[in-house]
Amino acid sequence: MLRFIARRTLLAVPSLLGLLIITFVMIRLVPADPAAALAGDNATPEQVAQIRAQYGLDQPLPVQFLKYLSDVARFDFGDSVYSSRPVAIDIVQRLPATLELTFAALFLATALGIPLGVVAALNHNRWPDFVLRIVSIGGVALATFWIAIMFQLLFAMKLDWLPLRGRSSVGISFAGGPTGFLMLDALLKGRLDVFWDAFRHLVLPALTLSLGGIATITRFTRAGVLDTMQKDFVTYERAVGYPHRRLVWVYVLRNSVVASVTQIGLLFGSLIAGAVVVESIFDWPGLGSYTVNAILTADFKVMLAVTLLVGVIYAAVNILTDIVHGLIDPRLRDQA
Amino acid sequence: MLILKKFAQDKSAVIGFAIVVAVVFIAVFGPWLAPYPQDATMSHLTRRLRPPSWAFPFGTDNLGRDILSRVILGARGALKVSLLVVGASMAIGVPLGLAAGYSRGWLSEAIMRVTDVFLALPQLILALALAQLMGPSLESAMIALVATYWPFFTRIVYAETRRLRASLFVDALEGLGASPTRIVFLHILPNAASPIIVRATIGLGFTILVAATLGFLGMGATPPDPDWGLAISQSRTFLPGAWWYATFPGLAILVTVLGFNLLGDGLRDIMDPRLRRSR
Repeated sequence: MLRFIARRTLLAVPSLLGLLIITFVMIRLVPADPAAALAGDNATPEQVAQIRAQYGLDQPLPVQFLKYLSDVARFDFGDSVYSSRPVAIDIVQRLPATLELTFAALFLATALGIPLGVVAALNHNRWPDFVLRIVSIGGVALATFWIAIMFQLLFAMKLDWLPLRGRSSVGISFAGGPTGFLMLDALLKGRLDVFWDAFRHLVLPALTLSLGGIATITRFTRAGVLDTMQKDFVTYERAVGYPHRRLVWVYVLRNSVVASVTQIGLLFGSLIAGAVVVESIFDWPGLGSYTVNAILTADFKVMLAVTLLVGVIYAAVNILTDIVHGLIDPRLRDQA
Repeated sequence: MLILKKFAQDKSAVIGFAIVVAVVFIAVFGPWLAPYPQDATMSHLTRRLRPPSWAFPFGTDNLGRDILSRVILGARGALKVSLLVVGASMAIGVPLGLAAGYSRGWLSEAIMRVTDVFLALPQLILALALAQLMGPSLESAMIALVATYWPFFTRIVYAETRRLRASLFVDALEGLGASPTRIVFLHILPNAASPIIVRATIGLGFTILVAATLGFLGMGATPPDPDWGLAISQSRTFLPGAWWYATFPGLAILVTVLGFNLLGDGLRDIMDPRLRRSR
């Protein structure tokens, strides 16, 4: 198993190198003059020249690339134009909020998607199956930014059940805790009021973010369960008289979820990307809203750092997905 | 004929097909269908933010423009963008996939490693960053979308080509002395057509969604274009009062994308017998 993990991790090295090359090409070659882009619209030619020298943009490309690599290796992404603080510090501060939102959405998607998929498969071609099929195809057709606004309109503005935006209410004083996850920190310090407030703020963004995921996981679980139900071992266990519930929810499910686990892994990546939209609509103080701000204000250093970070998270999640596969299905360990 | 019969039996695919036909019809004849076609550009400040009524079934926006007309007129832009983006992505991705799948050694490796890196990046963030670097405009958004969508075609075509390359008829063609170009384009490509068509259909819906998101974030269409994503973005200042302003353009996106997804899903079931069992 350890060898499998090590080999799988090594396979990610070329992708990460590719990621570095693509981001380098993007930032250095796509704008006609990166120095002018960095300097902003109102810069004088002297300022542009100064920036060109400062960032080594007058050096040959291979030299620039090496400098870029060493900067990245030291997590030195420079200062954000928007917050005028080091980008790396901004990211570390905002990451927990995004992870909290993403994990909540991932939990919702898995906790709802897998049972719904099983129910659809057990009712194959009857009405629950049809309803779930339309809902799950509709779920991926939803524009996240639109459904976010619709939720705000209905649950926050009209019904006033949940807060409209942000991560906590204005009047609440809470210094934060060791983890950066607001709900967890509130529990650790025994502040149930803060916990409840944070939970209420989390509901709408997490639900919005999870919709596409619920749809995807439902579909893959349904297909997987349908496939497994036709296997010989199921017929056998049925004939022997295993309790139906145990058969479906333990044996069939374990044999069906490999595809769903892949989807959950892929989903984590798409949730991080989806968080860009959801966070900026709900004013969630995470990486997503930070990224949108950076893109709208042409804050190139932040854009670069965030793209790299998300690429690394993607790669890490892919490795993790493969390892989980290996745990569920021992046969896969030998193939990789 | 068998395919047509199978297709007609699949209710959700037929619904999807009907929606797509309707959207194409609206996109082509929009200026004649819209009750107030001049509202693409003209504003009427005397009738701002009117709720839905017989005269304005979807209400009016903050500049007094008929939202129904602008939703109808927006179909053309949405469809044009997605057709161009998916078409260009195919034009890049399919030949690369064929080359990578048919050749062996470094060329194949090089193409697939680059493809994997692109696939390992979140499309939306990459597209947003590229659009900003090229200067925000609809053209930049489209180029950015192509730059992030072609790898999906390369991956699929690569897998299909690899599979077909091992089959007997390719051996036979090689034995007869057919040139690689001939084998790849005249024999392998037609056999790989189904997954490409399915991916393109779903891709059309998906691209409408991402393009609308770019428009919403201010990286796509520019005012006064009757763009669905842009309209939703502009509507936010007028909530919760003018609920209709945000609601109807969003429904237009939902129905259109749903149509393409249902159609693509149905096509996949018909064209790929391996998946049919799980229905």
